Amino acid sequence: MSTLIQQLINGITLGSIYALISLGYTMVYGIIKLINFAHGDIFMVGAYIAFLSVTYLKLGLIPSLLISMIFCSVLGILIEKLAYKPLRNSPRIAALITAIGVSLLLENLMQIIMGADSRVFPRLVAEKNYHLFQGRIVVNNKQIYLLVITVLLMIILNFIVKKTKIGKAMRAVSQDMDAARLMGINVDTTISYTFAIGSALAAAAGVLVGLYYNTINPLMGVLPGLKAFIAAVFGGIGIIPGAMLGGFSLGIIETLVSGYGSSMYKDAVAFALLILILIIKPSGLLGKNIKEKV
Amino acid sequence: MKKRFLVYSAFIIVLYLIITLLMKIGIIDDYIKLNLFLIMLNIILAVSLNLINGITGQFSLGHAGFMAIGAYTTAVLATLEKPVPFYLTVLIGGILAMICGLIIGLPVLRLRGDYLAIATLGFGEIIRVIIQNIDYLGGASGISDIPQGIDWTGYFVFTVLSVVVILNIINSSFGRAMIAIREDEIAAEAMGINTTLYKVLAFMIGAFFAGVAGSIYSGSFGFIQPDMFNFFKSIDILVIVVLGGLGSISGSIISAIVLTIISALLQDYPAVRMVLYSLILIIIMLFRPQGLMGTKEIRLSKLIPIGGEKNA
Repeated sequence: MSTLIQQLINGITLGSIYALISLGYTMVYGIIKLINFAHGDIFMVGAYIAFLSVTYLKLGLIPSLLISMIFCSVLGILIEKLAYKPLRNSPRIAALITAIGVSLLLENLMQIIMGADSRVFPRLVAEKNYHLFQGRIVVNNKQIYLLVITVLLMIILNFIVKKTKIGKAMRAVSQDMDAARLMGINVDTTISYTFAIGSALAAAAGVLVGLYYNTINPLMGVLPGLKAFIAAVFGGIGIIPGAMLGGFSLGIIETLVSGYGSSMYKDAVAFALLILILIIKPSGLLGKNIKEKV
Repeated sequence: MKKRFLVYSAFIIVLYLIITLLMKIGIIDDYIKLNLFLIMLNIILAVSLNLINGITGQFSLGHAGFMAIGAYTTAVLATLEKPVPFYLTVLIGGILAMICGLIIGLPVLRLRGDYLAIATLGFGEIIRVIIQNIDYLGGASGISDIPQGIDWTGYFVFTVLSVVVILNIINSSFGRAMIAIREDEIAAEAMGINTTLYKVLAFMIGAFFAGVAGSIYSGSFGFIQPDMFNFFKSIDILVIVVLGGLGSISGSIISAIVLTIISALLQDYPAVRMVLYSLILIIIMLFRPQGLMGTKEIRLSKLIPIGGEKNA
């Protein structure tokens, strides 16, 4: 029993990272129907920016987190303007191939700039383990940081989407882009905001991963990026609560697979889950089926 | 029609003889020969992926997975105590890949567009992870000392065969149906085309040739590892197809040649090569999304004036 609870705690920690990244996927997909392959690499860039600001500017956790989020928001907007905007009216496959291209570009530019080797992420918080239930369950203070920051960011996102003007515009554009334009909503600005918010969340996830695992490398975004996408599809892509549900579920499932099965198979299980969901309920757990029109 | 066949055969034979001659007198040294092999492998891979992605319009990102199946089949069968003849292993590798293509294709090909891309990517990765976890297959460190079973002639024959077979499929009624599906799946279905059949068929044939390419690879380079067949390998093949033009077989061949030469020149700078590849993808999509050749083909018969072409 205590192992199960321990696994669940670890799973929720991992899941909160997936959830943060998949929020960006879901928001972008909800608005322009693009699988932003480069999203996982923005997560990687976020980790590197925090690494640089901690190492060279000697900043603490929260300032580095903010710098990295701001930098990645700008990066996200830039990518959208340069690579995706010209393709808004072309076939979706063209945009997908471009996104793959942007992803490769970020990974390899980072390899050229920072080297291909892994780097040690500075220890920003003193490690502390809390033993609960006579030491049978161990909770790390980094896990608590991770969860608190994630939940905080999600509350802020929820506030932005539900209560602010720009959130209203985002919801309108994702409903019907043309109708929103007719109602006087500036669609381009709204899309930029979406990319900015999504990228900022990915950057935060990157910093938290650096903090949690103490190591970063230029290819670290590939797998979490794909996993976060799986999480988004699992919960129903385009639906914000779905991304959170999917992220946490995937994190827990993965930890359980590594805990009770073999950790080697956890990636295969994640992909199998994706394929199952796509085949059985393509709109995801929280999605509604929409019939395709000619 | 007959004349055209003769011209093509003559061209292929002359090409073969010239390169063989150049090898004999040493103008083509071992280094160039190695790259020639890579070019031919990439031609097989690109042409077969083009049948799926370009001709049938079903965007697949799992080609490296099928290649892995072929490569491992040959590696296992050729290192047994009683080795299976190499060319038989190639056939078995191709067929195994084809069966996997069927198993994967049947459920997955119901998806469309980018969802299909992600699902095939997932399957490619699942194949790789499974191979990596089978101790008999050497785990992550792979299989080495695979006996060499193929020479330049074998390579040439396989490349020509795969191009000819795929071109013939495209020009048959099968190919017409596949192109119809690419242009408009719903309309094709309304016209009575069994879209599932043709999509799965294209997927299986593509998988078969990817398996063949994998077999040839392990039978000539002697060493394979699961990581050689990861997501990035699929992207490599995709770049070739996209640059040449989704739907143009001659485009795939030309871009396989050009890109293999470029990556040979950039061998010492892998990151630069990938930056170049990614820029190619982005720039092509922004300025010429149909690829350099679009769906056009360069036909030999148009370059060499021969009669009897009117009814061809």
